[in-house]
Amino acid sequence: MKRVYPDKEFCIGCHLCEVACITAHSESKDVVIAYTQERREKGITSCKKVFEKGHTCVAVSCRHCDEPACVAACISGGLHKDPKTGRTVYDREKCVGCWSCLMACPYGAIKRHPVENKIIKCDLCQDREEGPACVAACPNLALKFEER
Amino acid sequence: MLFQPINKNYHEFHIDRDKDLCINCEVCVRQCSYGSHYWDEVRGKVMHDNSKCVGCHRCEALCPTAALHIRKKPSEYRGGASWRPVFMENIYKQADTGGVLLAGMGSPVDIPVYWDRMLLDASQVTNPSIDPLREPMELKTFLGAKPSKLEIETGKDGKPKLKTKLTPQLELNYPIMFSAMSFGSINFNLHRAMARAASELGIYYNTGEGGLHKSLYKYGQNTIVQVASGRFGVHKDYLQAGAGIEIKVGQGAKPGIGGHLPGEKINDMVSETRMVPIGSDAISPAPHHDIYSIEDLLQLIFALKEASEYKAPVSVKIAAVHNVAAIASGIVRAGADIVTIDGMRGGTGAAPAMTRDNVGIPLELALASVDQRLRDEGIRNQASIVAAGGIRCSADAIKAIALGADAVYIATGALIAVGCTLCGRCYTGKCPWGIATNDPKLAKRQNPDIAAKKMTNLVRAWGHEIEEMLGGMGLNSIESLRGNRDKLRAVGLSDTEMDILGVKHAGR
Repeated sequence: MKRVYPDKEFCIGCHLCEVACITAHSESKDVVIAYTQERREKGITSCKKVFEKGHTCVAVSCRHCDEPACVAACISGGLHKDPKTGRTVYDREKCVGCWSCLMACPYGAIKRHPVENKIIKCDLCQDREEGPACVAACPNLALKFEER
Repeated sequence: MLFQPINKNYHEFHIDRDKDLCINCEVCVRQCSYGSHYWDEVRGKVMHDNSKCVGCHRCEALCPTAALHIRKKPSEYRGGASWRPVFMENIYKQADTGGVLLAGMGSPVDIPVYWDRMLLDASQVTNPSIDPLREPMELKTFLGAKPSKLEIETGKDGKPKLKTKLTPQLELNYPIMFSAMSFGSINFNLHRAMARAASELGIYYNTGEGGLHKSLYKYGQNTIVQVASGRFGVHKDYLQAGAGIEIKVGQGAKPGIGGHLPGEKINDMVSETRMVPIGSDAISPAPHHDIYSIEDLLQLIFALKEASEYKAPVSVKIAAVHNVAAIASGIVRAGADIVTIDGMRGGTGAAPAMTRDNVGIPLELALASVDQRLRDEGIRNQASIVAAGGIRCSADAIKAIALGADAVYIATGALIAVGCTLCGRCYTGKCPWGIATNDPKLAKRQNPDIAAKKMTNLVRAWGHEIEEMLGGMGLNSIESLRGNRDKLRAVGLSDTEMDILGVKHAGR
């Protein structure tokens, strides 16, 4: 399956992927409204997080692992592996907000929702025809959406 | 500003932030390597300090909401035609520092750009123009000494065979090369990108005076290795790694002076390649200490030919200065296969501003007079001429070829292709575009995959345009235009200028 692969050699730590993620997952799809109003009022959060240490930066989000630890840890069936697409799918309705998946994820790629008892996790922008927004926004080709 | 030197307010640029559009995402804060943008804890929003802005436009380019505009500061001095603001600001700076004014990139001074004063011809009625999309068009160029005559003999198989032994040639698919920019002055990512682009295009890039990193030896077939007065990174393997060798005597941006790569730019890779200690300044002397005459130059040319086993043509690069034609004649007689003329608008990573803006002559005049002199002396075939310094577009390149160049070098153009906005602060080592810096955090802003693609695109685009203009003139080969000044006409130039350029006025 196609996944988003970060390239730490060329990630410049600009955080534009986070801005793009927030915009893509907003209602308005408008960067200014999404980043200010919707973020403040609805707690809309980026699924992506840029980690920095020294000169190195890397933008991390759900890796859609072949054997996901989060799915194994989920107590409510809120996370499952889609056998067709290979994606690790989050079902918001079933999620009870126990944070077991947060503890289990070895990449730190799952976040708590800031206002609701839910999680934030990358869905590979499944409704976005052009593919993941973060990949499109990266100015340095440090995020690649491809089969490996 | 409070607690600041009083002339800190005389800065060049002004950052306009649209309050309705700024989302305080801090992308600008992270991009600015000069600290112009910052997160203000007290106000809880992004603020900026105009006095730190160098006008590189990096923040503007990456701002996700287009909330930023960088403008010239509108403040105006009374000044006058003589005391222009730049002179006043220079004095304020020097009164503070007591130092030499440094500058980067090409000279911004208002000397005539003769490219803009020369126009190309086109076919009408009496000779047909050619459509390069339908008919063959030849841009292939060979650099190196050409024989005075060719002798043909009949081979054993009864077919004609070339008897004359040709000296080594550089074969170019486009009459354009990437000019010398040393590893150190620009970083490894860009050297890698240039090497890849040159290989892809079938042209050459010049290593500059900082040596060649071992990992780039594989691109040697498309590399010209440079030997300059500092002799950085020069050894047998290096000389044999490239397809051509260039002796750099002078640089258009700073004729008569050497180079100075500050220690901050010397990291482990640069140190290994240049063969100088990490963190030490790499200083190129003004002269080559073994060249004090044309005879000395001859010795170096042949020493390098020996070292490369006569497989690589040797180029000698000089800055365009007053007696350039006589000097070029001496260089050709000393055995150079290529003469490179670098005009005063050529770029640099660092030069004293006074030298950059006041020393040397424009490329167009130098090129025309060198070509004419070599022809008059009957030695034009003994060397190719490469024109460098201030080639801005394919029309400049084609005009240079009509004036007598065999090929042109581009460097500033190649850097603009990868993002450079000519802010001219290359000497600080903090280039926000990741070009003139070896800071790993900044250098990775140049992804060689993107940079190589952009440089390749640029040369291909210019190639198409050159073909189009050649076809318009009814020519199907760049060879037919070389030194063909009848295809040029001057507009608004004096008789002296036209005499030197060897072109007629438009209408004649």
